[in-house]
Amino acid sequence: MPSDHVQNPVSLGQLPEGSSGVVLEFTCHNAILHRLRELGMTRGTQVAVKRLAPFGDPMEITVRGFNVSIRRADASCIVLEKIETR
Amino acid sequence: MSTARKSHSKRKEVALLGNPNCGKTTVFNGLTGMRHTTGNYPGVTVERRTGTLVLDEGPVTILDLPGTYSLSPHSIDEEIVHNVLLGMQQGTPAPDLVVLILDASNLERNLYLASQVLEIGLPVIFFLNMWNLALDEGMQIDLEKLQELTGVHCIAGNARTGMGLPDLRKAIGKHLKDTPLPKKPGVLSPKLDKRVEDEVHALCEKIQATFAQRHKAACGEALRLISDTWRGSPLLKNNSNGDELWKAAEQVRARLKSAGVDWAAAEAESRYQSIAALISRILTYRPDASLSLSDRLDSVFTHKFWGLVIFMLLMGLVFQSIFSWAEPLMGVVESFVQAIAAFITGLLPEGVLRSLIVDGIIAGVGNVAVFLPQIFLLFFFIALFEDFGYMARAAFVLDRVMKKVGLNGKAFLPLLSSFACAIPGVMATRTIQDPKDRLATILVAPLMSCSARLPVYALMIGAFIPAVPVLGIFDLKGVTLLSMYFLSIIAGLGMAALFRNTLLKGPHSPFVLELPPYRIPQLRSVLLIVWDRSKEFLFRAGTIIFAISIVLWFLANYPKSESQVQHFEQARLQATQTLSGEDLTRTLLQIDHKQASEELTYSFAGRLGKLIEPVIQPLGFDWKIGVGLIASFAAREVLVSTLAIVYNVGNDGSETSVDLIHKLRNQVSPETGAPVYTPLVAISLMVFFVLACQCMSTVAIVRKETNSWRWPLFMIAYMTLLAWLGSFVVFQGGRLLGFS
Repeated sequence: MPSDHVQNPVSLGQLPEGSSGVVLEFTCHNAILHRLRELGMTRGTQVAVKRLAPFGDPMEITVRGFNVSIRRADASCIVLEKIETR
Repeated sequence: MSTARKSHSKRKEVALLGNPNCGKTTVFNGLTGMRHTTGNYPGVTVERRTGTLVLDEGPVTILDLPGTYSLSPHSIDEEIVHNVLLGMQQGTPAPDLVVLILDASNLERNLYLASQVLEIGLPVIFFLNMWNLALDEGMQIDLEKLQELTGVHCIAGNARTGMGLPDLRKAIGKHLKDTPLPKKPGVLSPKLDKRVEDEVHALCEKIQATFAQRHKAACGEALRLISDTWRGSPLLKNNSNGDELWKAAEQVRARLKSAGVDWAAAEAESRYQSIAALISRILTYRPDASLSLSDRLDSVFTHKFWGLVIFMLLMGLVFQSIFSWAEPLMGVVESFVQAIAAFITGLLPEGVLRSLIVDGIIAGVGNVAVFLPQIFLLFFFIALFEDFGYMARAAFVLDRVMKKVGLNGKAFLPLLSSFACAIPGVMATRTIQDPKDRLATILVAPLMSCSARLPVYALMIGAFIPAVPVLGIFDLKGVTLLSMYFLSIIAGLGMAALFRNTLLKGPHSPFVLELPPYRIPQLRSVLLIVWDRSKEFLFRAGTIIFAISIVLWFLANYPKSESQVQHFEQARLQATQTLSGEDLTRTLLQIDHKQASEELTYSFAGRLGKLIEPVIQPLGFDWKIGVGLIASFAAREVLVSTLAIVYNVGNDGSETSVDLIHKLRNQVSPETGAPVYTPLVAISLMVFFVLACQCMSTVAIVRKETNSWRWPLFMIAYMTLLAWLGSFVVFQGGRLLGFS
């Protein structure tokens, strides 16, 4: 994955509510991330952060048209290119 | 014996498969109606639901497989699905036909499982459920094109309204007759990177034999062995060369890694590529900019502030229903049980048999049946919330809190169920993927204050806690009851934290939870679930309580002393000779009660009570309470009837508890003359009941769910210790503070 021309790589865990990005890479390997891939969160897929739970964790994200809840600790393993919205 | 024996060939079996929340269960109910049974797979505790579908060609068996996203198993449920489809599940042959339920409004993700299943080489039908939802969202799916490209018979439908189900029935009948295989499933095959493809081919040669030369099936499995690090595949688990195979897979991973290929992404990325190509040819999508209803509901239900308020209100509603709305129904059940007891009493002559049936079996089983309305109501709300889509939100809202004690949001539902009864609570832990997480949840579920504790609280509070107003609006009786519930929650969460940090230490459990769109609950399917689970509760609890009731009855009635019996016979004879009228009746009644009490002292149960007295004395309990404790180890609510026997209160219907309260208040110790029961003793006893594992049915279900005796025995041990310590602290601490 060429990542030199990526403008603003950010971990999914840090993406603020309401914003979205495109998956660049996974920085850890575990069962949860494997499951997320199977749910369609592959490289190049757009992911949006819908909202955070009342205590700030977990977060609700939208991938390929459906909503899934993951914990921030797991989300921080996913690097995205943030999509700037005007 | 002239009955002609019909030779019947093996019924064909159709497996229903699909993602969670794809409406699979609704399809299952639509096909089978009430003709279904629930059990477990041999050797594993994963629910096995099968039903009968009656076709013109004859009946076929429909097997409802647990919902799964993929054939890479991440839970025991998913392992089973994988094993069944590969024909490697012990005692369950591979199905004759697979009906794959696809959520039409979410086709892309749902086709992932489809792409894996098609490789296995079983006959498949696609049922595109929630077709209407897809239309509503502006999707146009070219069904004929999908059918043409995949070679799989596709049916559009909506299981909630029954749309498409007649077509599905017809298709099942047709497919079972000529079992056609999909003609060109290749369109969904993963397009692999050359280096990955070579490795997969080498690996699938190794496992070819297991798949009876079905090359595609073997290669699909090989790809999964490379991509997934969970060792749940039957090729690894129940195989003599499983370790060897695992090593080979690890070597492949190392090679791919050094070649710069992301092996973990290999399967998912290649499959989604093929899926995207297919989707682009069958789906035209007009994105709807307006915020969907689900989104709007979610902005309230998972709102930072209102989300919590709504959660509390809903829980308040559930508890209110359990504790007050259920009461009239419980009264009905109670009087029904009493009527049966009275009927049997009239039917049988006085003696051992009548005593066994009325005082043993009916009293024991009736004690459990009384809780059925509460359990029914709780299940009703749980099923309603689940059908509506709220349960996933509750787990989402609560995950942070549960994480603090090492559990996850999904543990919330089992713990909530345990407030009615730990049996369904323990069964509900099956949705938790992580085994340690699940075990921790099972171990603390019985600490949640179940409805069987209520009669004990009611008796103790009624007898010893004065109705003093607290803060103007509450009274001390209510506050005491509430405290018992708080104690149970604190103890449960505390123990969970302890277990997850010691015995069940491990990484934080995975929490990936789909938040499905909200749907209007369907009364029919809700009632079906309630009926299923209530039936299971009554049956399981019923059989065990039935057996325990007989044992308890025996322990409390034997051995009998001949001389004792003679002594009381003599007393009766004497009374009849000297007294008459009302005096005689009263004296005879007194003799009866005295005899019951002394017989109990002499019985096994009485001796056991005396035996444990030194252990329970520091808690403020005497041997008579000890008898109650021993008896109630089988089931908590037995305490009330045992105390009634111990204090020889006539066991004659509704006035029992009033008499019993009176009796308890007046008990004095023969040695010191001090009252046996004080408010402090009552609280100590209630705390004991909050914490102790006094339920054989729970022990039995934990044995079943964990498949070993180790955990249920551990549970009894830790809870008993906890109960003893809790009561000790309350009683001794209370005395130090100057309470009596």
